[in-house]
Amino acid sequence: MQRRTFLGLLGAAGIGAAVTKTAQAASVQHFEGYPDSYGVLFDATRCIGCRSCEAGCNQINGLPAPHKPFDDLSVLAKKRRTDAKTFTVVNRFDQIPGVAGAVFRKDQCQHCLEPACASACFVAAFTKTPQGAVIWDESVCVGCRYCMIACPFEIPTYEYNEPLTPRVMKCHMCHPHITSGKATVPGCVGACPTEALVYGKRTDLLAIARQRFAAFPDRYVNHIYGEREMGGTNWLYISGVPFRYIGLREDLGVTPAPELTSGALAAVPIISAAWPVLLTGIYAINKRRDKIAAEEKKQAVKEALAKAQAKAKEELDKALAKAEAEKKSAIEREVKKALEEAAKAQAEADKGQTEEGE
Amino acid sequence: MGNEFYTLHDFMLFTKGAVYYLMGVIVLSILGFWLYITARDEDNLIQ
Amino acid sequence: MSTLKTENLKQYLTPFNIVVGIILLLGGFVTILRFTKGLGAVTNLTDNYPWGLWISFDLLCGVALAAGGYTTSAACYVFGLKRFHSAVRPAILTAFLGYALVVFALHYDVGRPWRLPYPFFVQSGPTSVLFEVGLCVFLYLITLFIEWVPSALEWLGIRKPRDIIVKATLALTIFGVVLSTMHQSSLGALFLIAPSKMHPLWYSSYIPLFFFVSSIAAGLSMVIFESTLSHHYMHDKMDETYLKEHDGVTYGFAKGAAMVLVLYFFIKVVGLTLDNNWSYLLTGYGAWYLLELLGFVALPAFLYAIAVREKKLTLIRWTAVLTVLGIVLNRFNVSLVAFNWHLPPEMRYFPRWHEFVVSIFVVTIGLLVFRFIASRMPIFYEHPDFKEHEARELEEHELKPHPQTWGH
Repeated sequence: MQRRTFLGLLGAAGIGAAVTKTAQAASVQHFEGYPDSYGVLFDATRCIGCRSCEAGCNQINGLPAPHKPFDDLSVLAKKRRTDAKTFTVVNRFDQIPGVAGAVFRKDQCQHCLEPACASACFVAAFTKTPQGAVIWDESVCVGCRYCMIACPFEIPTYEYNEPLTPRVMKCHMCHPHITSGKATVPGCVGACPTEALVYGKRTDLLAIARQRFAAFPDRYVNHIYGEREMGGTNWLYISGVPFRYIGLREDLGVTPAPELTSGALAAVPIISAAWPVLLTGIYAINKRRDKIAAEEKKQAVKEALAKAQAKAKEELDKALAKAEAEKKSAIEREVKKALEEAAKAQAEADKGQTEEGE
Repeated sequence: MGNEFYTLHDFMLFTKGAVYYLMGVIVLSILGFWLYITARDEDNLIQ
Repeated sequence: MSTLKTENLKQYLTPFNIVVGIILLLGGFVTILRFTKGLGAVTNLTDNYPWGLWISFDLLCGVALAAGGYTTSAACYVFGLKRFHSAVRPAILTAFLGYALVVFALHYDVGRPWRLPYPFFVQSGPTSVLFEVGLCVFLYLITLFIEWVPSALEWLGIRKPRDIIVKATLALTIFGVVLSTMHQSSLGALFLIAPSKMHPLWYSSYIPLFFFVSSIAAGLSMVIFESTLSHHYMHDKMDETYLKEHDGVTYGFAKGAAMVLVLYFFIKVVGLTLDNNWSYLLTGYGAWYLLELLGFVALPAFLYAIAVREKKLTLIRWTAVLTVLGIVLNRFNVSLVAFNWHLPPEMRYFPRWHEFVVSIFVVTIGLLVFRFIASRMPIFYEHPDFKEHEARELEEHELKPHPQTWGH
């Protein structure tokens, strides 16, 4: 056991020093993760699929006993995944091109440097500890299961049969046991009989892996799975066959999970600022347009009214003038007529007088 | 930057949290500012 | 005595009531099962499929189809389309009920529902898109409630608080549009974090935009669809203004929906081109994708256009149904079909009947509450004492308060 944590054989060269400081460039933030964080290196060329790690994990975490005992290897016939009662599983992979026998791989939480589950959790129930483990806090978990959607390695599981207090269950790299002193290495690592698992500082594990590549170049695929996948993980894999044949996806990319959503999240505050300004502007323009339209209408009505009034007055005046004129001429006519009649009467009277006088 | 963040996640937890508070301030400020601008309009009813 | 009872009973045994009764009974049964035996007893959810029908339908579809609230109120109050005024209240009520039911349905799905306020009051995870969705849904539900309250206050004849809220209409509307833009798009952004689990045809960095734009089309189409139903079943509750404006609203919304669908179609094609996913179109998933894009986006856009040009109301109504189905199909495609596409068929998820029961149960409750409110409160008509758009009447009322008015 001591042997596995003893890593003096490494020069702990360059890599260690380089990752310790948070590099902060002028505009782009770049993070290297916690320096001196621990991880586990899994070597697929050494794994014999004995399920001892499963038993060790089960025991140290006090998980319920499985249906079939851990020494029953018939369960390996079918590919399994982690579940609410199993934090780690070993799977057997057959029919790999160019390989005669089977290759085994242990699966558990990879303890990402930038965990997708932590990024996805809306109560921040997941913590990436400086020691390397990704741990989950039951006291705040709502049970939305978005962490399970987010995890690219399909690790977190859920107690579907708990009606009111379901927990999200996953490997915690024995973080509680190591901090409390109950164990010095994770349960699975302590139980492994073939040294397929090594627990140690991540930087040291990377160096060990490279040393093995150098020592046995024909035995390994020259790639450390987890060095850069999804931004890097604290659990690392090396293998003699391409990783896709042992159930590890090679298409995950190297983008850390938080970066996948940071762009969309960055657009949110812009909406909160731009929309009110834009929409108030549209409202104000419409209101002004309506107001102008209303005023124009009012003005037009006023003008039309004034015009109508003026026209009416004009007509009235004309009518009045006409009436006046008519009245005048009527009077004149009457006067004339009266005068004429008077003159006529005068004339007649004069005539009569003359006749009398003769 | 006094705080030293080791992971992008911790950094985002801090900055995005701050931005959410800022968003509240932004929305309320814009509302207040608009009310200030329009306070002396004859028809300043928000309707 | 007993004959009287049976007669009473017979009176209530209409086909509608029987169906509703059965749904409520089954819903109650599954509810008890869910909260005594856990999700495992009522769902087919697995560790690979943590989200099933309740998230796809009740949350994703529910929120998208409740988008009528913000689209209608924005059209009326912000964009100045006053002729849509009579459509605002039904749309606000539907949206409020829609969101309330989304939150109600979430109580079934999450493990510890009483902790749903935790992200805002106990410990926040602002790095999560779900935090953004939750916060916006929470705030928007409150906003919609405030927007709906005037209907209830008018019904009760309480004037003062109602007048205050009505004065804040513009602010509430804009706040609603801001919140809706954020969470409609963020519902799509939920899936951004899982590129390795999504089929490339449905995964795009544009997915928030897809969700937002399609929610506008969904909202407009839902208003058309609901107004058709309401027209049929609640005609007697509608006033002259509503009926007079109804056709105009339908044509206006159809035009809007057609344009938005065209926009949606083109940004989907842009997404396809930017990610160079054309080759996937020749696969089985590609055929399914084309069915969604051509049959449920491009086709309704054309049908709306034709119907508006030819003034065919019936065609508009059927196109609204097609559009709504298309949005539902899209949400299912993203969250269930494209999600976990890499898994072997036997590990894929199909909902259990209990899950359907709960979803139908939730929709039924929504219908019942809508009917209860719309048949009592001034939703489809303007309350005679609270007529708004003629300012003269308002002034008159302020001079002589309504006898029922309290606190004057």
